[in-house]
Amino acid sequence: MSLLNRTAGALYRRPRLRLSLLLTAPLLWLAVLYLGSLSVLFVSAFWTTDSFTSEVVKVWSTDNFHELFTVPVYRQVILRSIGVALAVTVLCAVIAFPLAFYTARVAKPRRRPLLVVAILTPLWASYLVKVYAWRLILSQGGLADWMLKPFGLSGPGFGLPATVLTLTYLWLPYMVLPIHTALEQLPANLLDASADLGARAGRTFRSVVLPMVLPSVAAGSIFTFSLSLGDYITVQIVGGKTQLIGNLVYSNIELNLPMAAALGTVPVVVIVVYLLAMRRTGALSSL
Amino acid sequence: MRLTPTLKAVAAVATLVLAATACGSSGSTGSSSGGLNPPDLKAQSKLGKSEGEVNLIAWAGYVEDGSNDPKVNWVSDFEKQTGCQVNSKVAASSDEMVKLMKTGEYDAVSASGDASLRLIASGDAAPVNTSLVPNYKDIFPDLKLQAWNSVKGKAYGIPHGRGANLLMYNTQKVTPAPTSWSAVFDDASKYKGHVTAYDSPIYIADAALYLKATKPELKIKDPYALDQKQFDAAVALLKKQNADIGEYWSDYLKEISAFKSGDSVVGTTWQVIANLTADEGTKIKAFVPKEGSTGWSDTWMISAKAKHPNCAYQWLDWIVSPKVNAQVAEYFGEAPANSKACAETSDKNFCTTYHAADTAYWKNIAFWNTPIQQCLDGRTDVKCVPYAKWVQAWTEIKG
Repeated sequence: MSLLNRTAGALYRRPRLRLSLLLTAPLLWLAVLYLGSLSVLFVSAFWTTDSFTSEVVKVWSTDNFHELFTVPVYRQVILRSIGVALAVTVLCAVIAFPLAFYTARVAKPRRRPLLVVAILTPLWASYLVKVYAWRLILSQGGLADWMLKPFGLSGPGFGLPATVLTLTYLWLPYMVLPIHTALEQLPANLLDASADLGARAGRTFRSVVLPMVLPSVAAGSIFTFSLSLGDYITVQIVGGKTQLIGNLVYSNIELNLPMAAALGTVPVVVIVVYLLAMRRTGALSSL
Repeated sequence: MRLTPTLKAVAAVATLVLAATACGSSGSTGSSSGGLNPPDLKAQSKLGKSEGEVNLIAWAGYVEDGSNDPKVNWVSDFEKQTGCQVNSKVAASSDEMVKLMKTGEYDAVSASGDASLRLIASGDAAPVNTSLVPNYKDIFPDLKLQAWNSVKGKAYGIPHGRGANLLMYNTQKVTPAPTSWSAVFDDASKYKGHVTAYDSPIYIADAALYLKATKPELKIKDPYALDQKQFDAAVALLKKQNADIGEYWSDYLKEISAFKSGDSVVGTTWQVIANLTADEGTKIKAFVPKEGSTGWSDTWMISAKAKHPNCAYQWLDWIVSPKVNAQVAEYFGEAPANSKACAETSDKNFCTTYHAADTAYWKNIAFWNTPIQQCLDGRTDVKCVPYAKWVQAWTEIKG
């Protein structure tokens, strides 16, 4: 009893000790498991492998990064992956904005929660089921072909456009939600004031709504961009012969772990740069 | 320029990487163990007492204990008879098998030819004393002591089964019926966007096999022993083929669905995939083209660090015993290795469909092997391109 009392007393007198005891475990978790594994990834990118047995040889070398910058195929795949991530992000933003505007401001308030739930329902289904559904839709004579036939067109087939389309479908809810929230919180009196001052709908949208919602679009784009950049399963299923960074990491992971690690640092760097760019828009505080 | 601390850190790291890359590009050497001089390991001379358990690495469908399908079970009887509890780990690729074997926690593995030599060379697989495997005597002779399961006449494993990589085509969409691999190489543009190929570096050998027949000036003898010039020709052919490929397949369900929908109409396949696709009602045909084909042959190997070697030997004998070998071959869809297995299959035509005993058929098949620096075809005046380079080239082919 006295020991407990003394400990309690000591802790009471030393608020800093109290705080550090409280924070040690979560901080350790962050540092060791998260940052630790990232640094292990980075360090192992400097090792090499035995060409025959594929064993990792812990010899310091920068060959992997040298290859990353000099072999054309890597550059090509990296640029393609970034292009896919940007295309998905733009498509998501373009589709999500009117959708969110409807759910947040046009629809009857009573129906709004229901509509949000409806937007979220695709997230309840398994990722693989959704992607395989798209494989069926886009296959020869599938739904896409059938619907476009009357117009004399055919579906995109498997390939890069199919990948962008499927990823856009997959990540759309992550874009709709932040925009919906921002539009919902938009004070109605600002819109009224804008109208009172003589602005028409278009002008109000450009000068009042857009600047206030833009941080949320940026916040949503962080999700769509990073999720697309890391994806390698969708592209395997609907991408035809397309390769993205994730596929290169996957194909190297067994035989050439250091090269896979070097490739794996690319999305990390790209996303850090993207986050820094998005921070300027104030997106991080509206997540 | 004002930089935030994070940006500074990023810039510092980037500079570091660039600087390091710029100055150290050629300063390193990965130790290369080219040439096949496996460590001198001794095979077990006699069987001791069962250890009570055995740890296996296998392809999906090779070690079935009824947990996937209660009717498919050849493990329980083994456990009852020998008292060896079976723990199995399914590997998804040859590379994963090699990696798992290195941990030393497993006793035996069902390795394909593109893994077996690597295991032998690194000393992870021990020679096998075939006299401790009574059923070995009934194995088809053309599977014994082959390049992918033995070194200098010393057996490193027990053959399990084999299959050929066939050319499959949609009989309604591909006319006239192809007779040659040119259907997926030189004439592939006819079916642009609907050609398929196996998604693995070992597929480069398929191109080499085609070049062996069509470009004699390259003097390719063995599609797994390619010098730089031959290798470059094969890679160039595959890069050209890439323009006509709709998709590559590695998951066989994906190939079935692509043939069913018509997204793929011609490409490589395995017998089991052809059978399943035909069962789905798609009009297809699969055959060995006139140039011959590549194929795979799996071998049960014993780890050099096996903790349960006696149980492992009993497993090797069990899996190639006529009845079990027939069961596993039928379940997986491959030609059994044991000549007596053909009498035990539930489908009496099974061995005919899979050409199990057809020696002439297998003569045209170049079984998967691991390409190494020392040319497997015996040439000593040139260096061959090792497998690691095949892997890299495969990434570049796909672009």
